[in-house]
Amino acid sequence: MTEKNNAPLTGSNRVKRGLAEQLKGGVIMDVVNAEQARIAEDAGAIAVMALERVPADIRAQGGVARMSDPDLIEGIQAAVKIPVMAKARIGHFVEAQVLAELNVDFIDESEVLSPADYINHIDKWAFDVPFVCGATNLGEALRRINEGAAMIRSKGEAGTGDVSEATKHIRKINSELRWLSSMSKDELYVAAKELQAPYDLVVEVAAAGKLPVPMFTAGGVATPADAAMMLQLGADGVFVGSGIFKSGEPAARAKAIVKAAAFFDDPQVIVETSRGLGEAMVGINVSDIPAPHRLADRGW
Amino acid sequence: MSQTFLHHTASLIVAGNFHHLRIGVLAFQGDVREHIHVLEELGAQVVKVRRPDELASVDALVIPGGESSVLDKLVRLFGMQQPLREAIASGLPVFGTCAGLIMMADHIVDAISEQESLGGLHVDVRRNAFGTQIDSFEVDLEMPGVTAEPVPATFIRAPIVERVGEGVRVISQLDDGRIVAVEQGYLLGISFHPEVNGDTRVHEYFLGRVAQSVSEKKASI
Repeated sequence: MTEKNNAPLTGSNRVKRGLAEQLKGGVIMDVVNAEQARIAEDAGAIAVMALERVPADIRAQGGVARMSDPDLIEGIQAAVKIPVMAKARIGHFVEAQVLAELNVDFIDESEVLSPADYINHIDKWAFDVPFVCGATNLGEALRRINEGAAMIRSKGEAGTGDVSEATKHIRKINSELRWLSSMSKDELYVAAKELQAPYDLVVEVAAAGKLPVPMFTAGGVATPADAAMMLQLGADGVFVGSGIFKSGEPAARAKAIVKAAAFFDDPQVIVETSRGLGEAMVGINVSDIPAPHRLADRGW
Repeated sequence: MSQTFLHHTASLIVAGNFHHLRIGVLAFQGDVREHIHVLEELGAQVVKVRRPDELASVDALVIPGGESSVLDKLVRLFGMQQPLREAIASGLPVFGTCAGLIMMADHIVDAISEQESLGGLHVDVRRNAFGTQIDSFEVDLEMPGVTAEPVPATFIRAPIVERVGEGVRVISQLDDGRIVAVEQGYLLGISFHPEVNGDTRVHEYFLGRVAQSVSEKKASI
């Protein structure tokens, strides 16, 4: 034991990752106003993501998607007591500074918004607020962690209601983790090169067999069964974007997804949570989206 | 005389050996895995608890950190509120961290609408007492009676104990006097997360208490 540290330390790595740990097993829901935020909180959301348009609408309406208006974020913060997250554009460190100034609990550096920098992501170590970032593979996840992300979100394809990309990305990350764990020490130099990730982090992850931060799944989760599948595939929790408030009965669906996440390994519970939810979001098949319009490809 | 003797030897045998203890971790949401890791490192058998029959099988329960309002909802949705209240009333040792402390408190200050706690621990706890995540912090804390050296303590959107009732012992306070760890019989509630620091001492203390409770039960049979 070292000598007693009397001065409280804020914004440390442990404090930032600590919040991510507490969110595990939970469902983070996209909301666009205070009323939706209250519905999400009542349904058992672990946190809400405050944004102006859900990904399905961003996709439909096109144009440049940016950080939300501070008034909207503050309105949502005033409406709920659970953690409030908000999105900044990839590389837009001033949007992140604004969100930090608004005291959001978590910043999502998100590919759902239009990127602000096609080369660099935000230096997340510069902030006391924790960040979550998307990844489609292990190398991308490790680069984001190296930049200071306290949580990884496998990307999926946001705003589609098609879970196939979410499945692909979490399977990919987990299979690369198994591949990395199987390597001998002298093979990790080349592994780091192939992953385009820093060697020290690669060594740490190879030894642990898992990421040093929680990994949630996002992008296309629309039903209780979708959420349960992501958790069975090893996700620590799920983000549900358009899937709830673009469905027939948002309150019932939100609650059902929360229940399914808690009992993800019990098909009997999934049966009960899947009943009578009304219409799911209509959705788009990812295969019908031309490659340049796929959000998951944003991030480098 | 013979009962005292039995009790005494039992607690000697179990000191530092927790293999015979079956510890449940309430596993609806939160940092369940971190608690399991620490408990297993100390040698206890660990069971995830989400159903009444799982609860009935354990010597003690850990309620992890997480979001207290979500834990409350899930506990009620899956019919666990009554079984948990009965278990606490019947003397089951319970250790709650952060959201777990809130769940154990008789009264929650600044609760989310319609939020209920399990109760049993005679304290008022203020939910999210420090502010948003930006105010979360880590500090080293003295925990007299639990461990001699300070414990690294991580507070994440943490609660504090605002009022302590009868039979509640204050274990730890911040420098400004705010209460962050309490004990009442076999109930232990703390505001912070020793499990995320991987520090085993608070859990070790709790397992020692559980061992005592188990040997007392045996002695009284």
